[in-house]
Amino acid sequence: MIEFINTTKEFHVGQATVKALNHINLTIQKGDIFGVIGFSGAGKSTLLRTVNLLEEPTSGEVLVNGKNLTKLSKKQLREEKKNIGMIFQHFNLLHSKTVFDNVAMPLVLSGANKSKIAAQVQEVLTFVGLQDKAHRFIDELSGGQKQRVGIARALITKPTILLCDEATSALDPQTTKSILALLKRVNSEYGITILMITHEMEVIRDICNRVAVMENGQIIEEDNVLHIFSAPKQDTTKNFVQSVVRNEIPQSVYEQLNVIDGSKRIYNMKFIGVDVGQPVVSQVAKKFAVDVNVLFGNITELQGIPFGHLIVELVGSATEIQKAFLYIQSKNIHMEEVVAHEGEHTDYHQRTVGYAVHG
Amino acid sequence: MKVSTQIIINALLDTLYMVSISLIFGAILGFILGIVLVVTRKGHILENKIIFSIVNPVVNTLRSIPFIILLVAIIPFTRLLVGTAIGTTAAIVPLVLHIGPYISRLIENSLLEVDEGIIEAAKAMGASPFQIIHKFLLPEAFPSLILSVTTATIGLIGATAMAGAVGGGGLGDVAITYGYQRFDNVTILVTVVLLVVLVQIIQSIGNTIERKLRRVA
Ligand SMILES: Nc1ncnc2c1ncn2[C@@H]1O[C@H](COP(=O)(O)OP(=O)(O)OP(=O)(O)O)[C@@H](O)[C@H]1O
Ligand SMILES: [Mg+2]
Repeated sequence: MIEFINTTKEFHVGQATVKALNHINLTIQKGDIFGVIGFSGAGKSTLLRTVNLLEEPTSGEVLVNGKNLTKLSKKQLREEKKNIGMIFQHFNLLHSKTVFDNVAMPLVLSGANKSKIAAQVQEVLTFVGLQDKAHRFIDELSGGQKQRVGIARALITKPTILLCDEATSALDPQTTKSILALLKRVNSEYGITILMITHEMEVIRDICNRVAVMENGQIIEEDNVLHIFSAPKQDTTKNFVQSVVRNEIPQSVYEQLNVIDGSKRIYNMKFIGVDVGQPVVSQVAKKFAVDVNVLFGNITELQGIPFGHLIVELVGSATEIQKAFLYIQSKNIHMEEVVAHEGEHTDYHQRTVGYAVHG
Repeated sequence: MKVSTQIIINALLDTLYMVSISLIFGAILGFILGIVLVVTRKGHILENKIIFSIVNPVVNTLRSIPFIILLVAIIPFTRLLVGTAIGTTAAIVPLVLHIGPYISRLIENSLLEVDEGIIEAAKAMGASPFQIIHKFLLPEAFPSLILSVTTATIGLIGATAMAGAVGGGGLGDVAITYGYQRFDNVTILVTVVLLVVLVQIIQSIGNTIERKLRRVA
């Protein structure tokens, strides 16, 4: 568990003072994969670095498993750091050493004996899938393999916490997926709490269970990932969500509104954690005297739960459309009618009853 | 008059002696000063304003004195240290004081080239400052350090030529006394060729080791 209590960090650059962290209050529970997202300069790295004291907070506290590390002696602190693994955007591996020697380094530093080192290195290299690369040099590896070495090195001391600073930002999308899958295994198989910072919402979507959004040294929004994706409150959060879940309604749908007659209505159905799509749509078509046409759809998955929206056109009499509308809402699907908009804005009138959020 | 082969050989041996001994001590001095210059600077692992602001100008001062002047200026100090101010051994003292600070700057540059991320990773692992230097900075900078020492060695060969001024002997001394003062062109040619060959050999040894360490084909 990691607790930030009024954590503040100031940097002095010449005469100016930069408040990189401004009274952060945040708790990361044991077992979380906690994401922190924000634009460049928001203070994400600084936040992460206060956990293992690469940066010391100017005021406030950071508690790691209940301990304030600034209160420890140098020796105790070194011991405690073995409990906190860290991986980096640019891997920060030693080019002068082999994969084996890189991974072994934390144990070498603490004076472990050779046979113990060999056994543990073998174990973590197998876990990250690099058992056959032990005697390669770092420059002979791909970016994804380098990050695997980084992860192996971080795991060798059997930490309970793993800090990831933009761990996939230097990797291509394919490799990013495989590294994220590996981090997920780190969390599920070893029960390691992961705190990861990123500027990519895909990363949050793919593996985090909670997320905090940072701006100007502050946490502007924090919640579980489903809540953030389904009901982002702050503009910055909305922007990040939009970067992966394209929630806006395509222009072609609005164009359809222009040619609409009394027998048609267009709705935006939002699915969160309910059976998506076909069953509801086909049931509506069967139960009521309406035709359902799917105009546009975007469904993704959040922690194994389908999430997204469908834009449908209901064709039928006004009363049948109303019945269908109520039926769909009774299935806990958030539904809004798409109405013609003025100017370029894509606001739409809301007719919402409730929607279910799981998680 | 012709210089005998024996004189040339002795001079070569004197040069090799002066270069190797002063290289050993110069490198020790240079490594210590170079490391101190890096780790005590602002924001580094052992930031120390006082030590840095003493070592830095001292190194600069020694670096700015031309060797031939240093050689003469420190004669009392040399006598104190090795009991004499003339001869091959006496030449080693100013050679060390000359090359040590020079090496320290080269070492400093090599160490500063090491990616800061490496130090960051080391700190995150809980490495002590000594471990950071010993297990991270020096191994990562090693190929570049080899090149630095190579450059310094070649600089030393040049400096030993002036050691004749204190009766230090060596190839440079022979070239000046037999060649320049007695118009013996053959001797000049022979010593120059020997010096060139020596420099070439040292440079290619340095390059080869560096390439091996960097594992480039
Ligand atoms: N060592 C430092 N000295 C001075 N200012 C710093 C230092 N480290 C960070 N800052 C400043 O603190 C603020 C937050 O920086 P930080 O690196 O935490 O941002 P970030 O959210 O990680 O950004 P990025 O996405 O670019 O990595 C920035 O304004 C930065 O310039
Ligand atoms: Mg950052």
